[in-house]
Amino acid sequence: MRIKRNTILTLAVAVVLVGLLYWLSFNQAKNGMLVSILQKSAIFALVAVSMNLLNGFTGLFSLGQAGFMSIGAYTTAILLIPVKNLDGVYYMNGVSPFIRAVKVYLATLPDWFQAIYPFIALLLGALLAAIVAALVGIAVLRLKSDYLAIATLGMSEIIRAICSSPQMDKITNGSYGLNKIPNFPPLLGGLIPAMLTPFIVVAICITFIMLLIRSSYGRAFKAIREDEIAAEAMGISLVKHKAMSFVISSFFAALAGGLLAMYMRSIEAKTFSISLTYDILLIVVIGGIGSVSGSVLSAFLVTASKEWWLRFFDQPLNILGWQVPLFRTGFRMIIFSVLLMVVVLVYRRGLMGSNEFSWDRLLGRFKRKKLSEGGVK
Amino acid sequence: MSLLEIHDLKVCYGGIVALNGISFGVNEHEIVTLIGANGAGKSTTLRAIMGLIPITSGTILYNGERLHGLDTQKIVEKGIVLVPEGRRVFPNLTTLENLKLGAYLQDKKTVEPNLKRVYELFPRLKERHWQQAGTLSGGEQQMLAVGRALMANPKLIMMDEPSLGLAPLVVKEIFSIIKKINEDGVTVLLIEQNANVALKTANHGYVLETGTISMTGTGRELLENEAIRVAYLGKTR
Ligand SMILES: Nc1ncnc2c1ncn2[C@@H]1O[C@H](COP(=O)(O)OP(=O)(O)OP(=O)(O)O)[C@@H](O)[C@H]1O
Ligand SMILES: [Mg+2]
Repeated sequence: MRIKRNTILTLAVAVVLVGLLYWLSFNQAKNGMLVSILQKSAIFALVAVSMNLLNGFTGLFSLGQAGFMSIGAYTTAILLIPVKNLDGVYYMNGVSPFIRAVKVYLATLPDWFQAIYPFIALLLGALLAAIVAALVGIAVLRLKSDYLAIATLGMSEIIRAICSSPQMDKITNGSYGLNKIPNFPPLLGGLIPAMLTPFIVVAICITFIMLLIRSSYGRAFKAIREDEIAAEAMGISLVKHKAMSFVISSFFAALAGGLLAMYMRSIEAKTFSISLTYDILLIVVIGGIGSVSGSVLSAFLVTASKEWWLRFFDQPLNILGWQVPLFRTGFRMIIFSVLLMVVVLVYRRGLMGSNEFSWDRLLGRFKRKKLSEGGVK
Repeated sequence: MSLLEIHDLKVCYGGIVALNGISFGVNEHEIVTLIGANGAGKSTTLRAIMGLIPITSGTILYNGERLHGLDTQKIVEKGIVLVPEGRRVFPNLTTLENLKLGAYLQDKKTVEPNLKRVYELFPRLKERHWQQAGTLSGGEQQMLAVGRALMANPKLIMMDEPSLGLAPLVVKEIFSIIKKINEDGVTVLLIEQNANVALKTANHGYVLETGTISMTGTGRELLENEAIRVAYLGKTR
């Protein structure tokens, strides 16, 4: 009975959301900003969930997310910039002949290949990041807590330095960055409009991570988080599971990085600085460390309030001809920081704690409210 | 030949010698206890058997095959499990999740029947299967730690001070369950401060003193030994 009710509710919400997104895709012109904010939120939701897998579920305090995102973003961008734009993009130093040759060859392949090529590019970026994570992981995963955080942060900065170094000019275009990156591709031969692609890719990835967390591997990750020695005594290999979590987390961070490159259309090394990792960590902490639904919810809330709801505070405000002094560009970030502190003070373990969203919990809360109101009467 | 044979085992932490060449054996289907004062090296012995710490020298044989140098995972697969000192349940996971983690390396098919058996031994765990392990009482946590170990289909179960910090009545309950487990065919290696109960339960006992074995005998012999009565059973001369 209750299970049936919950499935119906979930289905109903899913239908409404999909309908809303479809409606938006047909009225994109008028809702440009909303669409763009939702897309960005979805991409950040994926990075936040990938970070939560590592920090929240496996208990590895890693701050390397931005580095892996940049690997995904650069790989995707290099693979997707159209051949005709190569000279324009690499106008300073030219492009490596090998990359050009590969791209010229790929451009001759039939249409069905061109349709899936953007997704192949995303996957290749993610795989490259996974390989880097496996190699780096051998060295750094022996470290604990703060030391691991410093090491991964350092690694992320090294990746960024490499991307912007002059030696990489012909590949990453060094400090000039890459532009003319094509936008999201449509799915299923145009059946699903391009605008919806990031949502679908993100939904598939997050579902995969959810299933992983619910599997026995996920339980082993949590055991390691709770007590390494006890986990090891149960026969759970620490090295293997930590590496697995690190590699999978990096894979999805890089995939989100690739999506971000498509979203922004142009990237540079600076995009992936420490402050990006900080933004993601913020989303994870606000949502609740150890809650996938918390990370998703918080990604949408944080992005929307930063980019949209609080814009109002950046505009000059006139009340009866008197211009309120504080309302200037940048004021919204102050309001945002204050809001963050309030949220953290009220919800000490993030919006969701380490719980997942459930209808029973949500409806239970309403019921309790009603009861207490009744009690007052 | 014993199920578990330890020869001249030496373990050092950095420069400190914790075990200075101990030898003992555990026969199949027996309950064997290792008693000794704080810091004698009892927990170190169990950690070394589980492969959780490297050994300096000596041999550990299980069924005649060498155990030392193997990964803990391989050792658990052979049917040896540890109920660690201080219980070490996973506090933010539910009782049921804790139990399932005990069966991590086991065939999925064995989970249900083993769970049923653990719930028969500890009906309390069944009642509280949804509860976060960290919120269980000390006694319940100890039951969970033992139950979790039983989920791994052990042939040899090693328990590190299962009676630590428990009320006398709960201690009695735990020990009667240890006997039950043993009657089901599981060999038990038991470490205890509570020498009285341990020696009454055990077939064989060894006394460990600062890294060496100072005395051995059947449970009854040790229980009646004058030196032990003075040192471990709190009898005044
Ligand atoms: N990780 C470690 N590093 C250094 N020394 C250690 C370590 N673990 C244990 N020791 C030392 O090894 C010796 C034996 O310790 P062990 O834990 O085996 O004692 P125990 O017999 O289990 O004592 P208790 O009854 O108090 O649990 C002690 O002197 C202890 O200080
Ligand atoms: Mg001990």
